[in-house]
Amino acid sequence: MLQGSTIIAISLAYLGVLFAVAYYGDKRSDHGRSLIANPTIYALSLAVYCTTWTFYGSVGRAASTGIGFLPIYLGPTMIAALWWWVLVKMVRIAKANRITSIADFVASRYGKSQLIGGLVTVIAVIGIVPYISLQLKAVSNSFSILLGYPEIVMPSHAGELPVWRDTSLLIALAMAAFTIVFGTRHLDATERHEGMVAAIAFESIIKLVAFTAVGLWVTFGLFDGFGDIFARAAEQPQLAKLMQVSNTASSYGSWASLTLLSMLSVMFLPRQFQIAVVENVNEDHVRRAIWQFPLYLLLINIFVLPIALGGMLHFSAGGVDADTFVLTLPMSQRQEVLALLVFIGGLSAATGMVIVETIALSTMVCNDLVMPLLLRSRWFRVHQRADMSGLLLTIRRGAILVILLLGYIYFRAAGEAYALVGIGLISFAAVAQFAPVIFGGMYWKGGTRNGALAGLFAGFAVWAYTLLLPSFAKSGWLPVGFLQEGLFGIALLRPTQLFGLTGMDEITHCLFWSLLANTAAYAGVSLSGRPSATETSQATLFVDAMKQGAQGAGSRFWRGSAQVDELLPLIGRFLGPQRAQLAFENYARQRGRSGVADLQADAGTVHYAESLLAGAIGSASARVMVASVVKEEPLGLDEVMNILDEASQVRAYSRQLEQKSRELERATAELRAANERLQELDRLKDDFMSSVTHELRTPLTSIRAFSEILFDNPEMDAEERQNFLSIITRETERLTRLVNQVLDMAKIESGRTEWQTEALDLREVIDSSIASVSQVYREKDVALVSEMPDKVPTLMADRDRLIQVMLNLLSNAVKFVSPGSGRVAVRLTHSDAGLRVDVEDNGPGIRPEDQQVIFEKFRQGGDTMTDKPQGTGLGLPISKQIVEHFGGHLWVESEPGKGAVFSFTLPLQAEAADDAAGAALAA
Amino acid sequence: MNRYSLTGQRLAGIFLLGCVLLNYPILYLFNTRGEVFGIPVLYAFLFGAWLVLVGLMAWMIERRKD
Repeated sequence: MLQGSTIIAISLAYLGVLFAVAYYGDKRSDHGRSLIANPTIYALSLAVYCTTWTFYGSVGRAASTGIGFLPIYLGPTMIAALWWWVLVKMVRIAKANRITSIADFVASRYGKSQLIGGLVTVIAVIGIVPYISLQLKAVSNSFSILLGYPEIVMPSHAGELPVWRDTSLLIALAMAAFTIVFGTRHLDATERHEGMVAAIAFESIIKLVAFTAVGLWVTFGLFDGFGDIFARAAEQPQLAKLMQVSNTASSYGSWASLTLLSMLSVMFLPRQFQIAVVENVNEDHVRRAIWQFPLYLLLINIFVLPIALGGMLHFSAGGVDADTFVLTLPMSQRQEVLALLVFIGGLSAATGMVIVETIALSTMVCNDLVMPLLLRSRWFRVHQRADMSGLLLTIRRGAILVILLLGYIYFRAAGEAYALVGIGLISFAAVAQFAPVIFGGMYWKGGTRNGALAGLFAGFAVWAYTLLLPSFAKSGWLPVGFLQEGLFGIALLRPTQLFGLTGMDEITHCLFWSLLANTAAYAGVSLSGRPSATETSQATLFVDAMKQGAQGAGSRFWRGSAQVDELLPLIGRFLGPQRAQLAFENYARQRGRSGVADLQADAGTVHYAESLLAGAIGSASARVMVASVVKEEPLGLDEVMNILDEASQVRAYSRQLEQKSRELERATAELRAANERLQELDRLKDDFMSSVTHELRTPLTSIRAFSEILFDNPEMDAEERQNFLSIITRETERLTRLVNQVLDMAKIESGRTEWQTEALDLREVIDSSIASVSQVYREKDVALVSEMPDKVPTLMADRDRLIQVMLNLLSNAVKFVSPGSGRVAVRLTHSDAGLRVDVEDNGPGIRPEDQQVIFEKFRQGGDTMTDKPQGTGLGLPISKQIVEHFGGHLWVESEPGKGAVFSFTLPLQAEAADDAAGAALAA
Repeated sequence: MNRYSLTGQRLAGIFLLGCVLLNYPILYLFNTRGEVFGIPVLYAFLFGAWLVLVGLMAWMIERRKD
C-alpha cells in the first residue's frame, strides 16, 4: 500500500539526493576540480531535452499516431552531426562575448540592442511558460494516480480542487525553491552553474533507467518479448495501423516538418541553449556529445512503442489515458517498486526541465527585460552609487518564482484543455522563430538589427496567429467562429488555413508560414537598410568567430577615454566590490601590470569591463552602463569598415610576411649549404696543394741527396755510381709520372681533357694492358690470368684512357700481392646494362674504413705513418673519374686477408648499339 | 585539407545521409506490412538506420584521436 506520505517522503529524499549531487558539484567546482569537465556528463545534461513530455507523453503520442513520435528525436540526431560546425561556433562566440542566454546572443549580434533582447525574451516566455505548466501537470497527475494505488483512477481535473489542497502548487513552489538555491547562489560573471549541471546529468540517468525498467518489464514480464507484443497488436486493425505511416503527402509532410522543428528546438530552446552553450566548460565536449546525445535519445525511445501497444492491449477496455501507461501498467500488476521508480523518473524529467528552463528564462527576464527598464528609471539614477549585486539576485529569484507561478496559473486555467496538451509542439514552433536570426547572424554579416526585429516580430506574430490563438479557440477561450470563418469573417485569414492553404497539419502549416514570414522579413529588411557601425562590428565578431586572431578582437572597435577609477566601482555595483576587484587584478596580471593602480583604461580594459558586466546584466545593458562612465567617441560606419579593411589587410600582410619569411629561410639554408660546400672545396684545394708539394718533395729530396753524393765523391766506384744513377733515374721517372698525373687530374676535373672517343673492343684493351704489365708480373713471379667471353659488343670510349685505368688497376694489384704466391685474375663479363671488368687479387685486402678513402686524392690504404707509400695516390681517383666520364662506375669489394676485387662497369652507349645493329644489317 | 575539417565534412555527410534515409521517399519503401524477426518493418528500419547514424558519428568522432 502506497501512502501519500510515503510517496512524498521518497520524493523529498530524491530531491535531497539531487541537492547533494548539486552541492557536491558546486564544491568540486569551487576547488577547481570540476565534476562536469567530462564530455559524457555534458551529453547527459543535454538530455534535459527529454522532459515529462517524453517520459509520459511519448507513449501517449505513440498510442495515437504510432511511430509519429519518432521525428522529435530523429531531428536532434541528424542536427547533432552539424554541431561540429554550428554548436562549436556558438560556444566560441558565447565565451568570447560572455553571453549568458539566447536573448543575449541575439541582442549582442545585432548591435547589442535592448529591444531585440526584450523581444526574444517575450517570445521565449510566452512560448515556454505553458511548457512548464505541462511539467507541473505531469507531476501532479502522476502523484494523484499513484495515490490511488492499487486502484487506477484518472486524476480529477485540475482546477476543481481548491488551491490550498492542490499538490501542484506545492510542487511548483518546491521546484522554485530548488531552482533558486542552485540557479542563483551567486552572481557569476559567466552565469555557469556546475552543481546544477551535475544534478541534471544525474536526473538524465534516473529517467533513462526508470523508463528502460518499465520497458523491459512490459516487454519481457507482461508480454513475451517484442515479437509477442507486435504479433498481438497486429491482430487488432486499429493497433496494426500504428506500425505504419499513412501513405499520404500530408503525413510525410508532417514527418519532415516535425523533424525540422525538433532540429531547431534542440538548439534554440532556452534550456538547451543554457546547457549546450552557456554551461559548456570545454568546446571539445561538444564533439563527443555529437554521438552520445543521439545515443541517449535512441535508448530512451526503444520501449516507447512496446509500452504504448502493451498498454492498449492490456487496458483494452479503455478508461486509462495513454499518457499514463508508463505508470499505470506497473500499478495494474501491483508492481509497487516499479511504479515508484516510474514516479521518480517522471519527477526527474520534470524537475530537470523546470530547473534549467527557469534559470535560463530568469536570466533573460532579468537582463533583457527588467534591467533595461531599471536603468532608465528615476529610482536608479537616485541610487547611483548603491551596490546592485544583491538587487540583481533578488530580481532573478523573483523571476524564477514568477515564472513558476505563471506556469501554475496557466495549468490551473488550462487544465485538460487542448492549449496545454498540445503545448509541446507549440513551444517548439515558438523557439524555431529564433533560427533565421541566429543562423543568419552567425554566417551572414549583412543581417541588421532592423531586419532581426522585423523577422522575429513577423515570425512570432504568424506563430501566435496560426498556432497559439487556434489552441486557445479549441480550448474554448476564444470563439470557435474565429477558426472556421477567419478574422473578421474573411475566409482567407482562417488561422489554420491561411490564404486558403490546406492539406497540412497545423504544425506544418504554422511552421511554413511563420518561417517564411520570419526569413523574408529578416532578409528583406536587412537588405533594404544599411547596418550601423556597432552592428557591423558585432557582425564581424560573430561571423568571423572561428577565424584565427578572432580572440580579443572586440576591443578594436572602441575609441574614447575612460578612468579605471570609474570603471571598477561600476562593475563592483553589479558583481560586488570584492569580485570586481579580484577580476580586475587578474586582468591586470594578464596584461603584465603589477596591479589595478597600474592599469590603463584603454580600449582593452573598457572591453574587459563591459564583458564582465555583460556576464551579469546582459550585453545590451552592459553597453549602456559602461557608456555612462566613459567618454566614448562613437565610431562612424566608415571608420568601422576601415578598421575591418585594415584588419583584413593586416591578416593578408601577415600571411604574405609568413610566406616571405619561409622563402627567406629556404634561401638562407641554400646559401649556407653552398657556403659550406665552397669552404669544403677550398679546404680540399689546400689539401691537394700540400699533398702535391709533399709528394713532389719526396723524390726531389732523394734525387738531390744522391746527386750530391755523386758530386762530392768523384772517385766512387763504377758499380755504386751506376746504382745511384739508377735510383736517380727511377725517382725522376716517378716525378714525371706524378706531374703527369697531377696535370691529368687537373684537366679531367676542369673538363679540359680531350677525349678521343672511338668504337673499341674492350677485350683488345684488356689484352694490350696485360701485355704491357706482363714484364712486371714475371719479374715479381705473380700469376696473371684473364677470363673473357668470345665476343663482346663494341663500346664508344677513349682507348688510351681505358688502358690507363686497366694499367692502374693491374699495377696496383701486383704491388700488393706477395711474390711467388700472388695471383691476379681479370674477368670481363657483359649484360644488357653494359660491360663489367673485375680485377681480383689475393693480396692482404683493404680495411672497410679504407674502401672509400682510397678513391680520394693522395690517400692510400693502410697506415701512412708506418707503411711505405706504394704509389702516388692519384691513380684510383683518376681511374674513377675516367670510368665515370663514360657513364660507368668504379668500386672495390674486399675483406681484409681475403684479397680485393676492383670492378668497373661501362654502359653500352646508344651509338655502340646502333653500330652493332648496322654491322648486323651489313652482314 | 587538415584532418580536423575533414571530420566536419564527413559529419555533414552523415547529416545529409540522415535527411535522405529518414524521410520520404526512402521511408515509403519501408512503409509496408510485414515483419523482420517479429518486429514491424518500418519500426525495424527506423531504429536500424538510427543506430547506423549514431554508430557512424561515433566512429568519425572517436577515430580522430588515433
